[in-house]
Amino acid sequence: MKELRLMKGNEAVAEAAIRFGVDGYFGYPITPQSEILEHLMAENPYPKTGMVVLQAESEVASINMVYGGAACGKRVMTTSSSPGISLMQEGLSYIAGAELPCLVVNVVRGGPGLGTIQPSQADYFQSTKGGGHGDYRLIVLAPSSVQEMYDFVGLGFDLAFKYRNPAMLLADGVIGQVMEKVEVDDYKPRWTDEYIKKSFPWATTGKNPNQPHVIVTSLELDSARQEQVNLRIQAKYRECEKNDVRFEMLHCDDAEYIFVAYGSSARICQKAIEMGREKGIKVGLLRPITLWPFPTQILRELSYKVKGMLAVEMSAGQMVEDVILATENRIKVEHFGRFGGIIPSPQEVVTALETKIIGGK
Amino acid sequence: MNESIIKPENLVYRRTPVLTDNVMHYCPGCGHGTIHRLIAEVIEEMGIQEQTIGVAPVGCSVLAYNYLDVDIQEAAHGRAPALATGIKRLKPDFFVFSYQGDGDLAAIGTAETIHACNRGENITMIFVNNGIYGMTGGQMAPTTLEGMKTSTSPYGRDIKMMGNPLKITELLAQLPGTIYVTRQAVYKPALVRKCKTAIRKAFENQRLNKGTSFVEVVSNCNSGWKLPPVEANKWLEENMLPMYPLGDIKDVK
Amino acid sequence: MTEEIIIAGFGGQGVLSMGKILAYSGVMQNKEVSWMPSYGPEMRGGTSNVTVIISDTRISSPVLSSFDTAIILNQQSLDKFEKAVKPGGMLLYDPNGITHHPTRKDINIYQIAATDKAAEIGIAKLFNMIVLGGFLKYKPIVADEFIHKGLEKSLPARHHKLIPDNEKAIKIGMEIVKPYHVI
Repeated sequence: MKELRLMKGNEAVAEAAIRFGVDGYFGYPITPQSEILEHLMAENPYPKTGMVVLQAESEVASINMVYGGAACGKRVMTTSSSPGISLMQEGLSYIAGAELPCLVVNVVRGGPGLGTIQPSQADYFQSTKGGGHGDYRLIVLAPSSVQEMYDFVGLGFDLAFKYRNPAMLLADGVIGQVMEKVEVDDYKPRWTDEYIKKSFPWATTGKNPNQPHVIVTSLELDSARQEQVNLRIQAKYRECEKNDVRFEMLHCDDAEYIFVAYGSSARICQKAIEMGREKGIKVGLLRPITLWPFPTQILRELSYKVKGMLAVEMSAGQMVEDVILATENRIKVEHFGRFGGIIPSPQEVVTALETKIIGGK
Repeated sequence: MNESIIKPENLVYRRTPVLTDNVMHYCPGCGHGTIHRLIAEVIEEMGIQEQTIGVAPVGCSVLAYNYLDVDIQEAAHGRAPALATGIKRLKPDFFVFSYQGDGDLAAIGTAETIHACNRGENITMIFVNNGIYGMTGGQMAPTTLEGMKTSTSPYGRDIKMMGNPLKITELLAQLPGTIYVTRQAVYKPALVRKCKTAIRKAFENQRLNKGTSFVEVVSNCNSGWKLPPVEANKWLEENMLPMYPLGDIKDVK
Repeated sequence: MTEEIIIAGFGGQGVLSMGKILAYSGVMQNKEVSWMPSYGPEMRGGTSNVTVIISDTRISSPVLSSFDTAIILNQQSLDKFEKAVKPGGMLLYDPNGITHHPTRKDINIYQIAATDKAAEIGIAKLFNMIVLGGFLKYKPIVADEFIHKGLEKSLPARHHKLIPDNEKAIKIGMEIVKPYHVI
């Protein structure tokens, strides 16, 4: 039987990184996710697994240290919260442009600006629509439990390497701070330098004799060639959309109404479903696990079967735009959310369903 | 030329194989080509071509990766020391160097520069200072001299309004993380030889694993300075060197 | 079985660690658990609270606005959370420093003079375990043996010698807790 632990979401990310065989972590403290760097420093994995942990001078430096390590074919990551992630957008654009894999964890807090340290989901646009400059996407996973915070570290790296593209765990203060039961894995060995050299010809692992040197760059001054780079990246994204959409459905079989929610909002909606069904409202939940690629197809299919959908987000309404696109105006779709760090109560969610969707013809 | 017809005793110069065959885009008279060659020769002579990873900057030498025949990464503007940190930490047995200009290293990347040096990252940092932004068309740099005309200081750098030229090399020498900090130039053959010795030492230091080695090379910018090469070199000697004097600033034995 | 609990008091009263021991004991008994603290500047000296949920089935929201049980250790928290107890639920409070006592008639209210007792027998640091004992007396949702395992898991090894003292404090809590208003 696997080992059971009671852990905070933030600690689970750190523990998963060590046990998954991550090579390097570079980060800068920011609430509400500083426990990740603290846990890593306390665990001191270097003598045990060889994993490097370094506190950088800024988030700008962190993401560029990640670039340097990722370009060597190593599994490297950073974590931060909203204002710090904003600082990383330059680096993320370069990493996506240079087609490098890495993992970034965003434990979202309320904005704009310095905002609040309380939970929020207001970074959906930034995470799923690009964030930095240029045509690129992040592969975005939205954990809604501490177990998923743990599991998605490995999944995030697998997807990042599959598509040679940065992956992001988009969590929030609730999932970062809550303690839940977690099944942890045994320690996996890190990749050897020989394995990396053999498997990733794109990585700077030292020039091979009689072969061209490896250049990792996002620069292409020739427009025709830059267009080819963009087309290649976009083709990769179409593959990702085809193969790696993930979602969970709860109580959708007989549902007349659907909550669409991710992360901690999905947890609140589960409670709202319990309360709603006690009142006789047939409501279910579609929980996107990948926010990009977004579960457009399943939402389209559901839109032929149900009467309305309520997108529940801790924001002024961001994901709701993707739900509206997916359902093609076939049914009523509304948004309900609190922001500024306020977590909506399950009762508020039920009331919003009743007033905005069921009653709001 | 067929090398086989050259008698070894008559060979006075040959191109190092650590430079690629690509034709450099640098302006005639520019120092970058010479500095690239010195780095390449040092890598060849140390026999470390397969164990070296470089980091190129944003600026005139943005395409350095096309000329230096080692595995190499292109950084965002100013971030080369952070990339080099990531590389060296994860591949400590490799020789890692960054190559940056004055705007890259001493303006937008000042934080990354200072903190990499302060941590004593076991890397070699090459800093080419020509007191101007060459690639973007001759704008004022952090190292632009007082009164010097650039496209963004068309009436000369006014210290009161635009601040002082930044002697970042002296500043870095104050940090306990640096073990070798030197200022060199390549506008005369004798200085070229000296500069090569300094670069060699800065690479050899990585074997000692004691801290950061930093080589500034005061260079010219004929296009930006709007001077023909010979006059530019004269201008460099008369104006740049009094502000940026040559020699070792720090050498921890 | 699902038990939704809020524990609230001053920072430094052991609110979070009481919740953690309860949650870890739940894990040991193979229950689903969730422990969600308030966090941020308010942690530093002000009020502190934690939501603990222990359940036989998958836990939905870790953040709640109404509770089966409120364990209350200061006046501000009583003012805030008395109204959040579900009808028929339980409110357990330490009367130390309380000037406005609970008034609801539709819930079971118990008093535990844990502050006084802890001071009297010189175990101020185990104050929170006395309170936990008072809770477990009326809501024995986790068995004794799993409380023991929960203590082992949540206390660092260097404090394991204190586990018998913790368990003794829990026993004392069970003895001194008393009904204040029972439906």
